Amino acid sequence: MSAIDPIEPMQALPLEDAPDNGLLRFLTCGSVDDGKSTLIGRLLYDSKTILADTLHAMQRTSEKRGLDVVDLSLLTDGLQAEREQGITIDVAYRYFTTGTRKYIIADAPGHEQYTRNMVTAASTADLAIILIDARKGVLAQTRRHSYIAHLLGIPQVVVAVNKMDLVDYSPEVFARIKADYLAFAGRLGIENIRFMPMSALHGDMIVERGERLGWYEGPSLIEVLETVPAVHSAHTEKFRFPVQYVCRPQDSANPELHDYRGFMGRVESGELAVGDAVTVLPSGLETRVRDIQVLAESLPCATAEQSVTLLLEDEIDISRGDMIVKSGELPTLSKQIDAMLCWLAEAALDPRRKYLIRHTTRDSKAMLAGIDYRIDINTMEQQACERLVMNDIARVRFKLAQPIFADPYAESRGTGAFIVIDESSNNTIGAGMIL
Amino acid sequence: MSSTALSSVTLSHLDWLESEAIHIMREVAGQCSNPVLLFSGGKDSICMLRIAEKAFRPGRFPFPLMHIDTGHNYQEVTDFRDQRAAELGERLIVRSLEDSMARGTVVLKSADEPRNKHQSITLLEAIEEFAFDACIGGARRDEEKARAKERIFSFRDEFGQWDPKNQRPELWDLYNARSFKGENIRVFPISNWTEIDVWQYIERERLALPSIYFAHRRPIVRRSGGMLPVTAVTPVKPGEVVEERMVRFRTVGDITCTAPVESDADSVAKIIAETAITTITERGATRLDDQTSDASMEQRKKEGYF
Repeated sequence: MSAIDPIEPMQALPLEDAPDNGLLRFLTCGSVDDGKSTLIGRLLYDSKTILADTLHAMQRTSEKRGLDVVDLSLLTDGLQAEREQGITIDVAYRYFTTGTRKYIIADAPGHEQYTRNMVTAASTADLAIILIDARKGVLAQTRRHSYIAHLLGIPQVVVAVNKMDLVDYSPEVFARIKADYLAFAGRLGIENIRFMPMSALHGDMIVERGERLGWYEGPSLIEVLETVPAVHSAHTEKFRFPVQYVCRPQDSANPELHDYRGFMGRVESGELAVGDAVTVLPSGLETRVRDIQVLAESLPCATAEQSVTLLLEDEIDISRGDMIVKSGELPTLSKQIDAMLCWLAEAALDPRRKYLIRHTTRDSKAMLAGIDYRIDINTMEQQACERLVMNDIARVRFKLAQPIFADPYAESRGTGAFIVIDESSNNTIGAGMIL
Repeated sequence: MSSTALSSVTLSHLDWLESEAIHIMREVAGQCSNPVLLFSGGKDSICMLRIAEKAFRPGRFPFPLMHIDTGHNYQEVTDFRDQRAAELGERLIVRSLEDSMARGTVVLKSADEPRNKHQSITLLEAIEEFAFDACIGGARRDEEKARAKERIFSFRDEFGQWDPKNQRPELWDLYNARSFKGENIRVFPISNWTEIDVWQYIERERLALPSIYFAHRRPIVRRSGGMLPVTAVTPVKPGEVVEERMVRFRTVGDITCTAPVESDADSVAKIIAETAITTITERGATRLDDQTSDASMEQRKKEGYF
């Protein structure tokens, strides 16, 4: 909960000359008790994203509930059932901009039974903020959240030691929590961790630095968010282009389009330039890139996360589900996969059943070949296990009817991830990361 | 105008949002057998047509366009709708709420009742008529609390109902558009856009809009704490004073519940400047029907609304 100032006049965003540093997706992990909702409310409020009518609605609701301050956490509870029960049951997405970067916050509930929601939110995040209550230090849920963030390959982690106001802004408390965290993070192999003391309630070290954390010399939260590098900035990434759709406008009145074959998709990773040698999978045929198009425009190259249309030098039969890669950088072609799997469904994984696995734009029937172990996400222990139930995370092996073109998830999220679909309900029931 | 030529590896935020939306539309085309794109002539759906061009040209769109006409739309908007569909050479289906009323499937409590919530029935009838398995719409998560929790590919049962507590998990960019006959997937390619992203995109792509989005002089009355334009379906009530004001619409929907805002902004650039400093949300300023309850959108979505 947070008392907030009366509405200030809004400031125009510096839209004209400001640099555009793209878009960053981040995940907040923690429970309401850690001040997660207050942190999100603070980011939205300080970036002037909360508008007056929303604020007035929050004020009215706070008054109705008998509160004498505006509850910033009201911003983040969305559904009727959630309001009735005072809990969060699903991932909510929030948006704000600083004028130089746009942010998408995935707000996931923190309880153990909602592991599947955190996995969902983490799958698209570039950065995770793991909240720790300074009075409580590293808890089982901290380890759980950190493990999932690591498992889902979130490249940047910020450990936010919140509620510093309740421990007199003590540098010793902060140092002790940092040491505790590093001890278990080292065992998990988590890298790129930043530690930050803060008070979301008072706004210290979120957007403003405040005056009570003078001993902390590192960046504020917003400085980190504004400057972390884009996800695909590594030049060593391999080019991966799953074909989504083939454009053949044969019926067109325009004879120039008669032989047009455009291969449409989104670059999952890496870069490609006109003239590059490419290999088409599964056929293995090689050709070169003739053109890269978006609408009527020809581009010299295409980069990760860009949706484009590729035209090739030679006429090759290509359809949805095929993949175009740079020659010499081939992924593994395999009908057997080892993976970490998070089970998302109410019904347990049935080793006798056939499921559908969707990997990039390709589907294949699949059968479980074995469960190696299940992870206890509070202790990180590996346990022998016969069946998987909702929220379980396990190392498994699948046999596939059709080969897929895969990379290890740790190298490429786009071509290392898959979902499991139950054809009898069409529901998405599992999320896998190839080892 | 597009800034897709690359000098760095970071896409601008608009390029990223556009690219995501193109990817989503192509997934619909790749996974669904009979999709449709809902096009009203409003600004969000105008962006959607641009995205569809970038996703599928030089080919034709792999889906027709459809509008559910409440009969309470501004003429400028429906004219624009028809003109835009003709320019693109794509098929436009219009299904009208008044036909549902004639059939007796939509029953209004009173003649001047806002018609937005009744659109669901006409939409479901049209889905059944054409056996559409997916409907692509321009809803955004920043519009409303219930939308903030809805998937990009949102499953609806045979009654068009959304069950917020039983949504399909949606991970990475692996979308699941599978459905059985009679069921339907609603797809929202611009889920992650905000109002200002839409306006910035309109400016960058130089997209044409219906004239009522720009400041113009219009007779209005004050009602229910908002401004209401004086039209054939919203006549002046006894005791109300008609004023001439410079106004524009931030959103265009049912005339009876879509209020304009006072503004001098007569260009997209001026609208962006105003939007950046506004203190009222888009729905708060302009939708008289959403203010009845905190949960009214959630309720309508459960009943099949977009």
